[in-house]
Amino acid sequence: MVIKVQCNECGGTIEVPDDALPGEIVSCPDCGTEYEVVSVDARAGRAELRPAEEVKEDWGE
Amino acid sequence: MANAISILSDRLRWEEKALYKSALSMGLKASIVDAKSHTLDILDESSLPAEVRESDVVLQRCVSHYRGLYYAAVLERFGRLVVNSFSTSLISGNKLLTSLELAKRGIPTPRTYVSFSDDSAVEFMDRHGYPMVVKPIVGSWGRMVAKVDDRDDASIIVEFRRMLQDPTYQVYYLQEYVRRPPRDIRAVVVGDSVVAAEYRYQPPDDWRTNIARGGRAEPANLREDEREIMLKAAEAVGGGVLGVDAMETEEGLLVHEVNGGVEFHGVSRATGIDVASKIVEYVKSIARR
Repeated sequence: MVIKVQCNECGGTIEVPDDALPGEIVSCPDCGTEYEVVSVDARAGRAELRPAEEVKEDWGE
Repeated sequence: MANAISILSDRLRWEEKALYKSALSMGLKASIVDAKSHTLDILDESSLPAEVRESDVVLQRCVSHYRGLYYAAVLERFGRLVVNSFSTSLISGNKLLTSLELAKRGIPTPRTYVSFSDDSAVEFMDRHGYPMVVKPIVGSWGRMVAKVDDRDDASIIVEFRRMLQDPTYQVYYLQEYVRRPPRDIRAVVVGDSVVAAEYRYQPPDDWRTNIARGGRAEPANLREDEREIMLKAAEAVGGGVLGVDAMETEEGLLVHEVNGGVEFHGVSRATGIDVASKIVEYVKSIARR
């Protein structure tokens, strides 16, 4: 099952799997903006997202 | 034996999810802790998240090197067992410190030089001859790694670096350009074993082999002597869970990088090996000691 959340950037529809874990990254299929999953309430069909951090110079392996 | 592990993360990738699922399937109490979501009091252990306080070991998996490094420092101050340790993360997260450790132990590695100013870097490369490779001392995914073919390239790189705010760009980590097949080898070392290895083929339009840059992975079967080199390289940075990269040359393997926050999605897919479970088993076993 997926939970639909509206993209703050472009109004597109982001589909969040209802088994997504906090910290997972989802992106808007229309504009590509990345969001981090804050919480998922599968029963209520609600997911809270926040803008994901942008890649920094010290990111990697 | 570890009963509970915390996975410290700041961006949940395929790897962290795989580790979490593996830990649960092994019957461990597992938690994912977001390193971005709280503030630690260095005098008060109770400021650590409850999941961390209740865990026997913390698997540090932050995508941000400095965030993971300094979080580990605080955890260790409270006597927490962290994989990778602060020291391993410090050394493996810095190409120069890694090269120094490899050199001290006589582990074959490309010839490496350090310049501490723009002028001396260009002057040295001119004297050494081209091509050369310039790398940032901290950084990953092949980012800002440049092959310098002539003096013009050298001057441009120095000029660009001068404009960057990060003062570490004024430390020039210079390496000989090694003639190798269009691939390198990535070995995932967990504790004292190589649990998986892959060849990473460079994409058609890049000389770098990083999977993050479009490199292609194929399983690799290492000879015993190659395995030994990979293990020694991992040990040189302090051991733990590491991705050791080496190039094949006529004289044998040359280790060019040891990665402390190893991504293993590619190698797991290429080899069919459940790397996540190997890591969780290792973490479980060291907590027992």
